[in-house]
Amino acid sequence: MNQKFDAIIVGAGPAGCACGLTLAKAGMETLIVERGKFAGAKNMWGGAFYGPSLYDLFPDFWNEAPVERYIGQHKYSLLTENASFSFNFSSKKFGTPPYNGFSVLRSKFDRWFASQAEQAGAVVAAGLEAEDLLWDGNTVAGIKAGGDDLPANVVVSCDGVNSLLPEKAGLRKKISARDVKQGIKEVLQLPRQLIEQRFNLREEEGVAWEFIGTFSRGIPGGAFIYTNKDSLSVGVVVQLSELVKKEVPANDLLEDFKRHPLVENLLSGSQIVEYSAHLVPVRGKSKLPALYTDGMLVAGDAAGLTLATGLILEGANFAVASGIAAAKAVIRAKRTGDFSKKSLSCYPELLKESFVLKDLETFRRAPGLLENPRLYSQYPELVCELAERIFSNDGKKRKKIGEIFRNSRRGKISLRQMIRDIFQIKRSL
Amino acid sequence: MTPSSIEDKLAVNKYDIDKDRHILIKEEICRKCEGFPCAYACPADCFKIREGHVTFSYEGCLECGSCRIVCDKEAIEWTFPRAGFGICYLYG
Repeated sequence: MNQKFDAIIVGAGPAGCACGLTLAKAGMETLIVERGKFAGAKNMWGGAFYGPSLYDLFPDFWNEAPVERYIGQHKYSLLTENASFSFNFSSKKFGTPPYNGFSVLRSKFDRWFASQAEQAGAVVAAGLEAEDLLWDGNTVAGIKAGGDDLPANVVVSCDGVNSLLPEKAGLRKKISARDVKQGIKEVLQLPRQLIEQRFNLREEEGVAWEFIGTFSRGIPGGAFIYTNKDSLSVGVVVQLSELVKKEVPANDLLEDFKRHPLVENLLSGSQIVEYSAHLVPVRGKSKLPALYTDGMLVAGDAAGLTLATGLILEGANFAVASGIAAAKAVIRAKRTGDFSKKSLSCYPELLKESFVLKDLETFRRAPGLLENPRLYSQYPELVCELAERIFSNDGKKRKKIGEIFRNSRRGKISLRQMIRDIFQIKRSL
Repeated sequence: MTPSSIEDKLAVNKYDIDKDRHILIKEEICRKCEGFPCAYACPADCFKIREGHVTFSYEGCLECGSCRIVCDKEAIEWTFPRAGFGICYLYG
């Protein structure tokens, strides 16, 4: 019989590491298994981490963690084939501790995070896959990994969007293509100074730049550029079901995006060093799977805990917070020695107390809004045409903005439709 | 200019390719499919449409799981590669 752990965590991503670290600090016997060669080997994201959930674990986070740049600027651009309309927010406040967010590369970051859990006393077993669950009647009693039975009081499934274990436990069904976005990304190397010049950044400062527009061919989603120390993270995140329906691989959209005149200049002279892909669960609160059962909890992407509002796309922050909440639930259960479903039911309560389920509730209508195809083609076209007409001088008599607007709108979108959309935006965001 | 084809992009990635494939295709179901959702969903171009059917190679797989999700005929038996094998991101 192998040693029985208080908790076995499957997956050493942000949820698993936050959970493992919290448990180990509380003196729990904790094992984190990770199928990659090292923590982070299988993980990618767009590239920015926001919010304070890590500051609870690391008060001096930005000095300890391998962050790339602090996010001092947020940019949004609407693109048509030949034009762009951008707005930019920058704030000195975002540039001073505790900062608002950072660009981060996962391979380095997850390795660091796992090493912190290890230092706190958790055992991190990389290169080990949880092949199946161990059962004691209807109770999850551990995992099978590397040919061994590894018993535990609780299994915390932090194994990401494709999480196969909760499916086996009957906690969820196969996720639908409508409920996920596919993210693909290139990491493009570019000298540090050139990045700072091109993006108008101070030393250590970074920009999170989001794009929507005609490059996505009406498919819900957008593109992004995040600046790292000496590379750029450039990619698209688009609804998987629509890629299939429109028969367009995401790479075609990424290439269209990269060839846009605004973008092409920013990327010129860069060298690709990695091409990656990942899915993001985006259905929000309406389709959360069951979060716990006897002897098992689910956290992070595996639990579908992400927030996508169009302006915000956050997953890691929610993963960390849900990992911590799962750890707290295990610690409580340990006190009574009862790891049943009833005893673990404090987990969703803890999530409700934190921003995790509160934010998902606040923005519960956002997933519906983001399926509105007009956001990705008609509106960017309308805004760019409007700007072009306002700024251009063709030697003819000028018109007032109201008339320009009517002319630009004609044939694209009815006033009634527009009013309806504005109400939908107001209701959702 | 950075490469535009998926094949050239995958060439810069680090893989430890296992000798056994981690994704199995049920040929008898696959052959009857007409929509080929996997071919459009796969970001690594592992599924190629050739002469009216799909050919599959696992070596460039990025383990995103898209093919498994879009195949509504359940023709794809999808698991992760053996621990330690497959894609190994150095940036992420």
